[in-house]
Amino acid sequence: MSFELIRHDTNYDFVGIRKYAYALSAILLLIGVFLLLFKGGPRYGVDFAGGINIQVKFNQGVELDALRVALDSPALPGLVVQNFGDADAHEVLIRAAMSSATANEIRDVVAQSLNASFSGVGHEIQRLEMVGPKVGADLREKALQAIFYAILLIATYISGRFEQRWMVAGLMAAALSAVVYVLELLHAPMSMSVIAATLATLVLCAVLRLKYALGAMVALIHDVMIPLGIFSLLNKEVDLTIIAALLTIVGYSLNDTIIIYDRIRENMRTKLSPSLDQIINRSVNQTLSRTIITGGTTLIAVSALYVLGGAVIQDFCLVMILGIVAGTYSSIFVASPILRAFNPRIDDEPAPKTVQAEA
Amino acid sequence: MGSLRWRAIVAAMVVLLALAYILPSIPAVRTSPLGVVLPDAEINLGLDLKGGIHLTLGVDLDTALSNAITSYGQDLRVEAREKKIALFRPRLQGKTKLEFVLVKADQRAELDALLSSRFSQMRVVARDEQGNGQLRYLLEPTPDYVKTIETLTMDQALKTIRNRVDQFGVAEPDIRKQQGNRIIIQLPGLADPKRAISIIGRTAHLEFKLVDETADAQTLAKGIAPLDSELAYLYDKTPEGAEIKTPIMLRSEVVLTGEYITDANVQFDSYGQAYVGMTFNARGARIFEEVTGSNVKKRLAIVLDGKVHSAPVIQDRISGGRASITGQFTTEEAHDLAVVLRAGSLPAPVTILEERTVGPSLGQESIEKGMFAAAVGGIAVLLFMSIYYRRAGLIAAFEVVLDMALILAGMAAFGATLTLPGIAGIILTIGMAVDANVLIYERIREELRSGAAIGAAIRDGFERATLTIFDSNLTTIIAAVILYQFGTGPVRGFAVTLTLGILASMFTAIFVSRIFFDAWLARRQPGTQPSI
Repeated sequence: MSFELIRHDTNYDFVGIRKYAYALSAILLLIGVFLLLFKGGPRYGVDFAGGINIQVKFNQGVELDALRVALDSPALPGLVVQNFGDADAHEVLIRAAMSSATANEIRDVVAQSLNASFSGVGHEIQRLEMVGPKVGADLREKALQAIFYAILLIATYISGRFEQRWMVAGLMAAALSAVVYVLELLHAPMSMSVIAATLATLVLCAVLRLKYALGAMVALIHDVMIPLGIFSLLNKEVDLTIIAALLTIVGYSLNDTIIIYDRIRENMRTKLSPSLDQIINRSVNQTLSRTIITGGTTLIAVSALYVLGGAVIQDFCLVMILGIVAGTYSSIFVASPILRAFNPRIDDEPAPKTVQAEA
Repeated sequence: MGSLRWRAIVAAMVVLLALAYILPSIPAVRTSPLGVVLPDAEINLGLDLKGGIHLTLGVDLDTALSNAITSYGQDLRVEAREKKIALFRPRLQGKTKLEFVLVKADQRAELDALLSSRFSQMRVVARDEQGNGQLRYLLEPTPDYVKTIETLTMDQALKTIRNRVDQFGVAEPDIRKQQGNRIIIQLPGLADPKRAISIIGRTAHLEFKLVDETADAQTLAKGIAPLDSELAYLYDKTPEGAEIKTPIMLRSEVVLTGEYITDANVQFDSYGQAYVGMTFNARGARIFEEVTGSNVKKRLAIVLDGKVHSAPVIQDRISGGRASITGQFTTEEAHDLAVVLRAGSLPAPVTILEERTVGPSLGQESIEKGMFAAAVGGIAVLLFMSIYYRRAGLIAAFEVVLDMALILAGMAAFGATLTLPGIAGIILTIGMAVDANVLIYERIREELRSGAAIGAAIRDGFERATLTIFDSNLTTIIAAVILYQFGTGPVRGFAVTLTLGILASMFTAIFVSRIFFDAWLARRQPGTQPSI
């Protein structure tokens, strides 16, 4: 009839292999968490840590070591020099911590050092970012607030949406806000609040028996932590655009999860109901081609940007790519099978227990 | 059938409206006769695409408050003297408290009356007996006064910076007050960030002070200033350009400030050396005439931001309200100084808390690469869709193009700014836009497989998928709204394109696709299968 990348009548036993899937996810997550703990959190870019980024384009290749020596100056403490983008673009990224020097003084220092040591080589400062400690702290705070409100809104939405229990969802939002209010009274840092809000959401979901919300939340943490861990492994910097990418992944991951969960609920209502395992398996299989096609087209588009979009946007695309892969994987192998682990009883949607339907 | 026609008309109207908003962004169209009819909307490019400077300035409100309290003290002393109340040495205590001594303690009631009637901006926090019949006062500003000073300072700083930026002739500068003591400045397409920053960030506080001629070389070397005098440094340059710094003793009293300047411009002396000529307003001219008249043969120092630029000997009474600042200026330096003097001084020093500069070539490169990537990614997705879903895929492909148009039109209509992450948002939408179509098509295929009639399969496919599409997209919209709320420039651009993209894709997949399918159904020969 038509092309099928994924045969429509697949019947993979996703629930059956869940232990392997959990193990793989757990290993990846643990590596990520371990790396983050070991390194004392993600490596912050200038947006959050404060400091100076200077992107310089030369008209011919230059030796990085010589450049490092030339730029060594008290105005540029903690100097890091690295190639940026394509090798034939001859672009270099100079990274330094804040000093007492103003941006204009730093411009002079860079221009003088380059003119003195690379007199034959033309250069152009293409980009200069100087973020002072106050602005850096503010941006960090804002990013954490964004993440926190994302957790708050999404936790409320998914508990209301998946469970049709908006009262409970409202309760959840109130409880979360209360937790954070108390933390604020104790002057806890925002990062604590984010971790606390995440844990509180998980606990509340478990206590209130919001199993779909809990599953979605686990998938979401999975899909954000794995890219973040890999990013940490690659020693990449986390800045504002990376946070934007992570929040987009949150949206994308939930999108995937919601579609499969909707199918699970539909199958529970309408079909002769076999065991929960079979319902989950059937639902994941039914939505499999959609999951993979959408993941695929999104990957095609983002990969095009990764390869062709230039160095400035590359890290953003990398996070998106990692997030889409993790999200697609988790909605098939983790988010749905996990439903049975938390609460195998289907108490809020009574389904007639009949004899086995077709397997 | 009638409903189908109406839906087609609505869709066509939306497309036309989108075109009307996109076309003005193309320069050739804007200048053509068509440009007159079309809405005056253009897609703004962010600084990361256009090139330019983004600055966050912090205004030193503490200093502004200290300055205000110091001049409050001077005013109080003058008014008290008129009422025959002697106040001794009003001075700043810490950063925000004013201390002075009332010489005769029995005048306390009179002073308190003066304080509460004319000087109620500050309140007395302590009165200490000094033992010798004197009374030491300590005053602090009322919270209202602090707020007033801060508001005035911010407003004046904003106005001064606007004036200065106007002097560059930057197209569409964006200068706004942010929470607290911050001012955000965006200057698109400026080629010389260094110069712009030095002009904007300069306090340009101009003062004229008499030189304290009693100080000899020894006192100067020790650096101890006598009462009512202060040590300063005269800055000059050798012909080679090296800076020379000579100590000089100045009388503390400010005889004239830059606030009386009405005009300033670059002039050249007979050796071709640039200097800045200033013109005072009537009041300034009168003060200048008095000061010069009563201090002939003495030296008058011209102090800019605490640096003494020159201290010429007053040869004669100067009337006419003209003065000049000389020094070893280059023409450019003299020009910039004239600019800041004309625009007025900043009420308090500012510091640059954040600077982001993108050169025009990098911005252009980012646009070209981003657009190229979007085209390649888009075509790849469209090819896949039309192969995989055949004619239905072509519909999806057409809709992706329509989505792009709607995003751009929406941006133009709302005056949103396109940034590099914004382009990423558009590209992401290409991938995600087809999701809605995929959901519907997979559902229709499923219905067909389970033996539903074609019409019913299409109807059920659309209806069942619609709810899922709404729900699942809502989460991404939540994420985007949060990003918009908490993000800065480039990230906001991403949030905008992402939201518009999702809305556009929902509209096209649910509403526009259905028109195509229903039209096909209406004209279908019995027995033909849909191409999906």
